[in-house]
Amino acid sequence: MSEEKKNVALFVTCLVDLFRPNVGFAAVRLLEKAGCRVSVPAAQTCCGQPAYNSGDRKTTADIARQVIRTFADYDYVVAPSGSCLGMLKEHYPRLFPDDSAWGPRAADLAERCYELTSFLVEVCGCMDIATSLPASATYHDSCSGLRELGIKQQPRSLLGQVEGLQLSEMEDTEVCCGFGGTFCVKYPQISERMVSDKVDNIIASGADMVLGGDLGCLLNISGRLKRQGSKVRAYHVAEVLAGMTDLPAIGEADGE
Amino acid sequence: MALTAREFKHQAEVALHDVNLQRALAKAKGGFVAKRRAAVAALPEFEEIRTAARAIKNHTLANLDAYLEQFERKVEESGGKVHWARTPEEACETIQGLIGSEPRQVLKGKSMVSEEIDLNHALEQHGHTMVETDLGEYIIQLAHERPSHIIAPAVHKTREQITDLFHTEHPKYGLTQPVTEVGAIVDEARQVLRTKFLNSEFGITGANFLIAETGSTVIVTNEGNGDLSQILPRVHIVTASIEKVVPTLDDMSTLLRLLGRSATGQEITSYTTLSTGPRRADDRDGPEEFHVVLLDNGRSTMLGNEFRDMLRCIRCGACLNHCPVYGAIGGHAYGWVYPGPMGSVLTPLMIGLENAADLPHACTLNGRCQEVCPMSIPLPDMLRALRFKEHERRITSARSRGALRAWAYLARRPRLYQAVTGLAMRVLRQLARGRGRFRSLPLAAGWTGSRDLPAPQGKTFQAQWRRR
Repeated sequence: MSEEKKNVALFVTCLVDLFRPNVGFAAVRLLEKAGCRVSVPAAQTCCGQPAYNSGDRKTTADIARQVIRTFADYDYVVAPSGSCLGMLKEHYPRLFPDDSAWGPRAADLAERCYELTSFLVEVCGCMDIATSLPASATYHDSCSGLRELGIKQQPRSLLGQVEGLQLSEMEDTEVCCGFGGTFCVKYPQISERMVSDKVDNIIASGADMVLGGDLGCLLNISGRLKRQGSKVRAYHVAEVLAGMTDLPAIGEADGE
Repeated sequence: MALTAREFKHQAEVALHDVNLQRALAKAKGGFVAKRRAAVAALPEFEEIRTAARAIKNHTLANLDAYLEQFERKVEESGGKVHWARTPEEACETIQGLIGSEPRQVLKGKSMVSEEIDLNHALEQHGHTMVETDLGEYIIQLAHERPSHIIAPAVHKTREQITDLFHTEHPKYGLTQPVTEVGAIVDEARQVLRTKFLNSEFGITGANFLIAETGSTVIVTNEGNGDLSQILPRVHIVTASIEKVVPTLDDMSTLLRLLGRSATGQEITSYTTLSTGPRRADDRDGPEEFHVVLLDNGRSTMLGNEFRDMLRCIRCGACLNHCPVYGAIGGHAYGWVYPGPMGSVLTPLMIGLENAADLPHACTLNGRCQEVCPMSIPLPDMLRALRFKEHERRITSARSRGALRAWAYLARRPRLYQAVTGLAMRVLRQLARGRGRFRSLPLAAGWTGSRDLPAPQGKTFQAQWRRR
């Protein structure tokens, strides 16, 4: 580790900010543990995917400019989400194809931004996780992280360091859980089928925990698990890696 | 072809509750995926071939006019004729003109272009009798249905349904015993079709490729019906779309190595048949006349816009097989000829975005289709491009546009956003009353109809961070 601390801005993501702040704090703890100086710029809201995937290019570009401005002065930008980070990294640069001012700024941000687990593995190198959790878990590969950013081994190698944690892979772990942002409320019945299939595979894996790197998928999956009365608990991978699973799992009440 | 893409949502819901369909889909899905995976794994240079194939198609599309003209010249040199059709109507009229006004029995090999132009319907209106010879196509013709998959047209049917169908339709041929085993089902269809093969003057097939350097049309099949449909009749008519042309036989070979593996997991299909002109003087068989009807139907427009990459499609069906939405609802729900990811791009472009407004949205943009596409077509980007168009043309619902506007207003004002969302999360937390989740919530029925909504933790991250 170099003496100079990496200057990292956390892109919290809207879902973590609103529904599961614990994931944000877990991310901060992990980054600090990896030797980074972490800032959380106040002027952040959302990456713009709701507009982008609904076809509103203008609003998306407005929000992208806001994000690019807000995160201009940091060495790295890290988010606990493959989906939001994929938006910043893969899609922002495409929003300004002929824009000589914003095009390069978007490309510059894309260069500096990382999904949390890939940042910890690829930029921080082998960090010492030093935590334990006696449980068995299965890992859901969220689509954007997997296919846009190549996130597959990074969370698994980190989870491999968690003492007592058994990872058992489920069938079709790379198949979409049916969240898809607004898709899940626009086509709830199709989404229900997809998340039911996912939940069946999670339960069949025999794990007592499902982990993932995207809160959207985890809200969807845990919501379906609870609707079916399953005892399988859902946590964001950052919560497990930071040893912050003392609060109830996603969608669970105190003492459940 | 009945166009019901506007009813997508309703049709999808019906499909989800169709027990037979769900059984058939569950059976097909795993098979296609596992077989493709094994075939790709067994060919270490798959990615290299994929890159080469993409380059072949891109080059061809950049010079499409030249290769099509070369193809036409070569067809004519070998004694055949090329007919150009801008629209489905022109294509059907051309074929009707070739067959003539006297009612005929017409053999058909599998052709998705013939579905696209609704050829059977057009010819039947002129009194002709259409005989589908591909087993899947034959089954759905008997059932008065249409293909639900571009390479496995009857994939939505269970074996039991086919047994019942044959038992209802075949006694008129003296076949009165129900057939339940796959082998027996195939044999019975073969018996029925055999006499029709021998008594038809016209045969229509599609084409997987058109070879510019030789003027050949190519079909890949597993049943041999395509060969009989084009060799036995006096007149062979090929229906193909313009993007099917490739420059050389070598180029075809490259694409063939991807097609079978991506489609069915086969290294190569049982038959790969090239047709070059009509029967020559020393040929022992073959048609006396050879016609190729080349369809545009919007493709030359796509060549010049952001959807050009879609023209690389070789119709392998891998995107359907790997699409979790297709896997849940099957092909009919999409409401036109082409289902699944490739169909959700093509259908709006061919029949109008306003007639298929749901299709680009009925996708989670999970990207599995692009991952398996042998031609690396960026299907999610294309679906998103269609969403941009819908938004620009205000085809999306007023309600979703309103919600988007309200959200965008907040998202562009971080302070206001944090004040409003902070309050909203605290209220939600109160409403949850310690239960950790909602079973139902006003205005959130889309979510809570099928899953609980996890309750927020309480204070937002931003609010807590400020106080740290």
